[in-house]
Amino acid sequence: MIELRRDALEFRFPEVHADAILRIDFQRTLRIPDGDREYPLPPGLGRFPLRHVDDFAARLPEKWREHGGVMMPMFQSEALWLNFSSPEDYPFAVKIAAGKINAVSGESWREGLHRDPQDYCTVPDQPWLDGFCVEEGVVRQFVAAPLGKGASVEEQITGAAEHGGLQILVHPLKGSIWEKERSETLHECFSIKSCDLACSPQMGLAPGGRMRQEIYKDRRDFADWDQRVRARCFVHLADSQTWRGVTGELPPLPPPTSAQYEAAGLPWFDHFDAELEALGGAQAFADLKSASKFDDLLLDNEKAEPSHVVSTKDRRTGRGVREF
Amino acid sequence: MLDVVWSVYYNIHTMSIKRRNRNPFGATIREIRERRFAQDRAFSLRQLARRIGVEPSYLSKVERGETPPPSEAKIVLLAQELGEDPDPLLALAGKVSSDLQDVIRRRPELFAQLIRELKDMPDHAVLRLVREVRDGDW
Repeated sequence: MIELRRDALEFRFPEVHADAILRIDFQRTLRIPDGDREYPLPPGLGRFPLRHVDDFAARLPEKWREHGGVMMPMFQSEALWLNFSSPEDYPFAVKIAAGKINAVSGESWREGLHRDPQDYCTVPDQPWLDGFCVEEGVVRQFVAAPLGKGASVEEQITGAAEHGGLQILVHPLKGSIWEKERSETLHECFSIKSCDLACSPQMGLAPGGRMRQEIYKDRRDFADWDQRVRARCFVHLADSQTWRGVTGELPPLPPPTSAQYEAAGLPWFDHFDAELEALGGAQAFADLKSASKFDDLLLDNEKAEPSHVVSTKDRRTGRGVREF
Repeated sequence: MLDVVWSVYYNIHTMSIKRRNRNPFGATIREIRERRFAQDRAFSLRQLARRIGVEPSYLSKVERGETPPPSEAKIVLLAQELGEDPDPLLALAGKVSSDLQDVIRRRPELFAQLIRELKDMPDHAVLRLVREVRDGDW
């Protein structure tokens, strides 16, 4: 089951284990400049608001009602990252797609988990996901783009502007394995949940600037994941004007630019775990055009020179530290 | 009416939290912080206090129960830093979050009745009443 709590999706699998709780929220952040340069991780500037699609069904397109799920507002060319947390560090496999294109493997949406190539992240190993996995240790930032302009990953790969949004699918670790591991060692626990976020017809996610982030290889036996149970969610992206018209609420203010952020002397972040092996990039993402190549998106692409980079080091205690 | 609702709410929210003697909030904060500190030095009293914008001596007094719990805003910040759900911590501090107060004020009789009925229900039954995010056809 999925609940909406304080602008976060809370996935619970009480039938698997009482500890099987995964929270996913969507962090507002800087859009890093496009180009060859690889940037460190930008900060979290607070959660995007989330609302049930059903609460505004009468004012939303038919497709949104069909998809169900939740919606959130984004400005054109605004960036986001996904923040994963599990109160008891229960392990989950989390599959993320944008416009039904898998953000890790670059493949079209498929139900279930797949190992070759791996098409999911594992939590708690993976505390955050900032973009599309383009090569080992490098992602290209999730950046909002109106569907129909050709910039979204979905349109660049499939040629169609059909789904948009984000899709999340979560599978938990088997409860019996969690119990065994927990009894063996108090602190070493891992689980997988899947949640699918899907985009609205109005907005999709395009590839933005490059940043250093590893997507970690699953180090468990594939059979450890409980694929009999799952929870998935379609997350619609409403452009900020639509959001205001539909909900009557003001969207958050646009974030500062990377250059403004850097000029204020605020920190960037670096996350590295020497114990974990990183996945390679998805071939499908290799030749994508960056969002800045689309004139309609009017991106401010002023370069920034990050001078203050904070290492988050420990994946277990790293969450929450991408703030200042 | 709000007091009645609050007292029932408090009981429900503290059900799953081990009772501490006379200082449930401070003792809980200290226990969680020390657990985090064992893995990460960033959860020292001094560093945590700095991140939530209070003096270390004040946070120390809160943990020892020598001063009342801080404001709702500070408790929410503490919860975020410690990776905890703020609602149970607010309940331990004898507070109800502003958003919940607003919800209750809008329909106080309804919520008082609802919470009383939920009071003795097992967790799994309460969870069935939670609103789920609907998954559609995609």
